[in-house]
Amino acid sequence: MSPEILMAAVGLLAVVAYAVLAGADFGGGIWDMFASGPRRDQQRDVIAQAMGPVWEANHVWLIFIIVILFSAFPPAFRVLSIALFVPFHLVLLGIILRGAAFVFRAYSPESSRSLSGINLPRRWGTIFGIASVITPVLLGMTLSAISAGELRVQNGVIQADNTPWLSPLALAMGGLALALCAYLAAVYLTLESAGELREDFRRRALIAGTVVVALSVLTLPLLYFRAAHLWSGLVSLKAAPLILVGVAAALLSGWTLLTRHYRTARIATIVQVTCLLAGWGVAQYPYLIYPDVTLTSAAAPDSTLWFILGALPFGMAVLLPSLWFLFKVFKGSQAQEANERST
Amino acid sequence: MDTLTAARAQMEVSLAFHMVFAALGIGLPLLMVIAEGLGLRTGQQHYLDLARKWSKATALTFAIGAVSGTALSFELGLLWPQFMEFAGGIIGPTFALEGFAFFIEAIFLGLYLYGWKRLSPRAHWLTGIPVAISGMLSGVLVVAANAWMQTPAGFTLENGVATNISPIAPFLAPAWLHMALHSTLSCYIATGFAVAAVYAMGMLRGRHDAYHRSALTISLALATITALLQPISGDISGKQVAQHQPAKLAAMEAHFETTANADLIIGGIPNPETGEVIGALKIPSLLSFIAKGDSDAVVQGLNDFPPDQRPNVYLAHFSFQIMVGAGIALIVIGLWYWVQRRRKRVEQSRWLQRALVLSGFLGFLALEAGWIVTEVGRQPWVIYDVMRTSEGVTPVSEVPLTFYGFSLLYTLLGIVLVYLLRQLANDTAQGDVGPAKPQKEAAYES
Repeated sequence: MSPEILMAAVGLLAVVAYAVLAGADFGGGIWDMFASGPRRDQQRDVIAQAMGPVWEANHVWLIFIIVILFSAFPPAFRVLSIALFVPFHLVLLGIILRGAAFVFRAYSPESSRSLSGINLPRRWGTIFGIASVITPVLLGMTLSAISAGELRVQNGVIQADNTPWLSPLALAMGGLALALCAYLAAVYLTLESAGELREDFRRRALIAGTVVVALSVLTLPLLYFRAAHLWSGLVSLKAAPLILVGVAAALLSGWTLLTRHYRTARIATIVQVTCLLAGWGVAQYPYLIYPDVTLTSAAAPDSTLWFILGALPFGMAVLLPSLWFLFKVFKGSQAQEANERST
Repeated sequence: MDTLTAARAQMEVSLAFHMVFAALGIGLPLLMVIAEGLGLRTGQQHYLDLARKWSKATALTFAIGAVSGTALSFELGLLWPQFMEFAGGIIGPTFALEGFAFFIEAIFLGLYLYGWKRLSPRAHWLTGIPVAISGMLSGVLVVAANAWMQTPAGFTLENGVATNISPIAPFLAPAWLHMALHSTLSCYIATGFAVAAVYAMGMLRGRHDAYHRSALTISLALATITALLQPISGDISGKQVAQHQPAKLAAMEAHFETTANADLIIGGIPNPETGEVIGALKIPSLLSFIAKGDSDAVVQGLNDFPPDQRPNVYLAHFSFQIMVGAGIALIVIGLWYWVQRRRKRVEQSRWLQRALVLSGFLGFLALEAGWIVTEVGRQPWVIYDVMRTSEGVTPVSEVPLTFYGFSLLYTLLGIVLVYLLRQLANDTAQGDVGPAKPQKEAAYES
């Protein structure tokens, strides 16, 4: 198998990891913003506790994606950096504000809560919430921009007379990304809480899940009319098994939420998002930016690709056990029992 | 403002901001691991309090370092897309390796910050060690990319395209090892003195407890050792720069005419028109000796290079003088502390305490000035002798807007962070802020 295809597969896996892990952190911010009802403050506390130990590690997957993009496909990185200059800067604004506001809130001294009537930690909370909403929408939009065929490159020159990240399909995919983040987070949070609080998150998961389904139904005709190649890729034989498993997982996660089987719901939701993104990857193949930049045309020299691919097992041999340990300590069954006791 | 100026300005602001947090992210974890280790060994509570305090400062600064670092990885392409198209495949592998190191750092920092209660004291201490090591390693690895831009190696240039690329090209750059050494030491120096400044401030306000005394001992042990090593590392760097980037050496030394027995020029205002340096102190033959190890050696002057290939001599020379001056001052202050400590006069010597407060600024001044020397000295090239900075820049016209936007954002974040770190420092050792709220009697509790 040619190294650029292996490299693209690695990149896709990193996208999946980022979506499933960091996506839920964005979702946490969304539910922080929409915290409501009598247990509003407890909801925010649970979210902050759940995100605290892991959000920075989850965020690193994005850096991996960018590094893979510019090391393995440098010409594509140039095209995207120029064509998506504005949305990428907005993404950065969102990422910086989200991370900064999260730690600023966590490390604001108690005394500043009453400082001249301004509740400083709450102000940071608001910024944290807004940034957590904007960023996944923009990321969804950029994903649409590289696959909808509106970003054209002719002889290395980018057609700059349109804004591919603001098309109707891009808006729909931005909304879908937002809903998926909210869904992931709410499902995960049912396992970080207990009692009434858990019911709060269950309700939120069901609402977000409904929105995911509604937006998916809305996106399908847009795909059919505005991105026919992506549509035919998704319904092709190669992608069909993924899509079928994804739909089954989506149904299962909805059902298990209704019947309060939260652990199964978490697994089903992860499978659902993984299949959706993998299906997109298969439909997008062999293009990096449809239709003018392919994986092969944008690939760095083989020696570079093989070096990164060769370093991967060694890096993962250190990384994966460390990640496993992190999640065991904070997300394992013992940690969950502690959460249930404390809430 | 034209696009090139704006893009350079945005890159400068982003890097200058990120660098402070990157340095703290390398230095603070080491201090916190040392303090916790001493606490576990001696059973003395104030060491554990220090470890807790420093872990909170690490949490705040690491998060800002992580998000501003993410911004930089995007900005490499957003501001310099042509450069990244040429160089992405060459410097990319170093970023991939750095990514692993950074990942390990983030994972174990999460365990360390939130694991005080969930892990045994020994296991908790052990999770701090990978944070300190991988923080340092990610710095060493990412410097390789910059070193390659200074002294490109490991490829052949054919019609403007790099071919025969060695996958380890950045590590073949002659500048890598000496730059990595110099910058790593500077991170420990800057962090050590910055931490010492906080506790010297406390002593000036009359706090003389074991907590403050130990904080000074630990931070200044690290800072003084590394500050004493730095001139050796600087000497290696100087000889390497003389060999591989003669125009940079000439600019930083304000050395205009190629001569044997070249004078070392200290201070002064260079005038590129006349080649004079007004008001400088000149030491005969010393530059030849420093640059080449032989006082009779010939050192190339700036006038040997075509005018469009000379770096900005004002900036390079001033920054270099500031870096060396601040470095010498730090060595003096560090040694002064140890003399006073031996004489048991640290708590009485208010002038030493004031000097230590000043040293907190000098460390970062030296770090930023040194970075300016490196980067201004490389200009007008983005890749020395291969690609001009103006050839690497983006064609997008909105850059001035994003430059002002990011400058404003980083200014605001900087102000808030200074406020929060001050609150953290002014809190008593035990009175606590942050996500895990410990009891007064112990850092670890069930």
